Amino acid sequence: MVDEGTKRTLSSIPLLQTKAGPRDKELWVNRLKEEYQALIKYVQNNKSADNDWFRLESDKTGTRWFGKCWFVHNLLKYEFDLEFDIPITYPKTAPEIALPGLDGKTAKMYRGGKICLTDHFKPLWARNVPRFGIAHAMALGLGPWLAVEIPEMIEKGVVTYKEKTEEAK
Amino acid sequence: MASVDELQKKIKELEAKLAAVEAKGGPMRQKIEVMSSEVVDSNPYSRLMALKRMGIVNNYEQIREKTVAVVGVGGVGSVTAEMLTRCGIGKLILFDYDKVELANMNRLFFQPHQAGLSKVDAAAATLQNINPDVTIDAYNYNITTVDNFQKFCDTISKGSLTGGPIDLVLSCVDNFEARMAINTACNELDQKWFESGVSENAVSGHIQFISPGESACFACAPPLVVATKVDERTLKREGVCAASLPTTMGIVAGFLVQNTLKYLLEFGNVTHYLGYSALTDFFPTMSLKPNPTCDDASCRARQEQRRLQPRVELAAEVTEDCGPVHQDNDWGISVLEENSPADEDCPGLKLVDGVQVAYSIPVDSSTPESSTGGAVAASELSLEDLMQQMKTM
Repeated sequence: MVDEGTKRTLSSIPLLQTKAGPRDKELWVNRLKEEYQALIKYVQNNKSADNDWFRLESDKTGTRWFGKCWFVHNLLKYEFDLEFDIPITYPKTAPEIALPGLDGKTAKMYRGGKICLTDHFKPLWARNVPRFGIAHAMALGLGPWLAVEIPEMIEKGVVTYKEKTEEAK
Repeated sequence: MASVDELQKKIKELEAKLAAVEAKGGPMRQKIEVMSSEVVDSNPYSRLMALKRMGIVNNYEQIREKTVAVVGVGGVGSVTAEMLTRCGIGKLILFDYDKVELANMNRLFFQPHQAGLSKVDAAAATLQNINPDVTIDAYNYNITTVDNFQKFCDTISKGSLTGGPIDLVLSCVDNFEARMAINTACNELDQKWFESGVSENAVSGHIQFISPGESACFACAPPLVVATKVDERTLKREGVCAASLPTTMGIVAGFLVQNTLKYLLEFGNVTHYLGYSALTDFFPTMSLKPNPTCDDASCRARQEQRRLQPRVELAAEVTEDCGPVHQDNDWGISVLEENSPADEDCPGLKLVDGVQVAYSIPVDSSTPESSTGGAVAASELSLEDLMQQMKTM
């Protein structure tokens, strides 16, 4: 389940109010504003906690999101591209965050590099419609996934550190 | 010099190769204009038309006028599509955006040489070869995105052989998002559909018939799961997302197409919900009433529409006198209800034993769709400003 740290992180991310999906025109713009406000707050929180770990931006319609996330392991910073589409069923269904660069490198992924989340994530999301947004999906979905999967992939050698200063070992 | 045995082995290998090549581009059978019930070796429909002679189906040849969409051409969808093709369905519309992979070979239908092809194109080619009489349309896109969803809706509402709404949508997808998208489309279009699924641990499955406004839609309740007698806490998920078995998927596809045929050709009873627990060979069935407070506005609108319609009395269904034959019951004999039918006056979900909701959702005090505006704090900021702020962080 959700640990204490995650709970604290979650409680500092603003909850959203507008129940609207990408087909809802003006209401969707309201929802998008809330999404951005929550994301900005979350990134600010991360920065002040010295745990800045992702950047995200969307296209004009707010249905296509892309960015980068980082994971620090043994003092090395690994960077991954991330992307997802907002489905027409959003926010009833959570965004399906994908790391296309890791597609095929771990079994904990669906086609296209969509991360496979725990049994707890979707019920938790369903119980919090429409209050949870993209920021919550990052904190509850991608964050814990990276924490478990990346060290394992590094250990297996399917993810390697990319930089000129190869100071590992 | 090679021995005779070696040469014979070589011949066998070459024959197998030739057969594979022929399967890809070999001669196809000619199209057949009218389904014949003549029992000859060359008639691919003789055994199906025999259903008429046996009095099971009155109108088998009408299957050629029917159009069915199969959404998701994976372990369940591909087998479903093959069964319908072999049954001589009029038109099949396939949706998927995945490619065939070698990891799919534990399931039926696809073959190793098709790896890398799009599932819909690979399936369409095989199916067309099996039965050239079937019109097959293949769409290679994800139906849950805004643009594709509109195309998906248009195809459902105009995709039949006569350019009208299709007869049935079969959901054979493997994720909640796509099921909800199909549910949204079918509620809006008033399109009857079947939901189907196999659990991620591969040992249970289900099919569910959804008639908007008449039976529970996919959003009326949290997803239903068939109890598998596997303790969830002992279920190991390390390093895997999902398991799959050709058996479970084939069984679910069989149930799905069986009920599809019954619905299309109006014979037997169409099951509203049929579960399957593989470990115990347990098959719970039930009917589900729609939720009056369903989250989906179109579902609620369809329910209202159904309420206003006069109830269609089903002919031929003679209900026995329900009154007790013997008023006295000296021995105190009682019958325990095995299936508790959906209660008339209870809006709550009545599930049969062995089926449960995947999770519970607290009753939200705010009525759906009413919670608008507000924003987190100040919505005086424009979206562009917010986007810019996020970008420059």
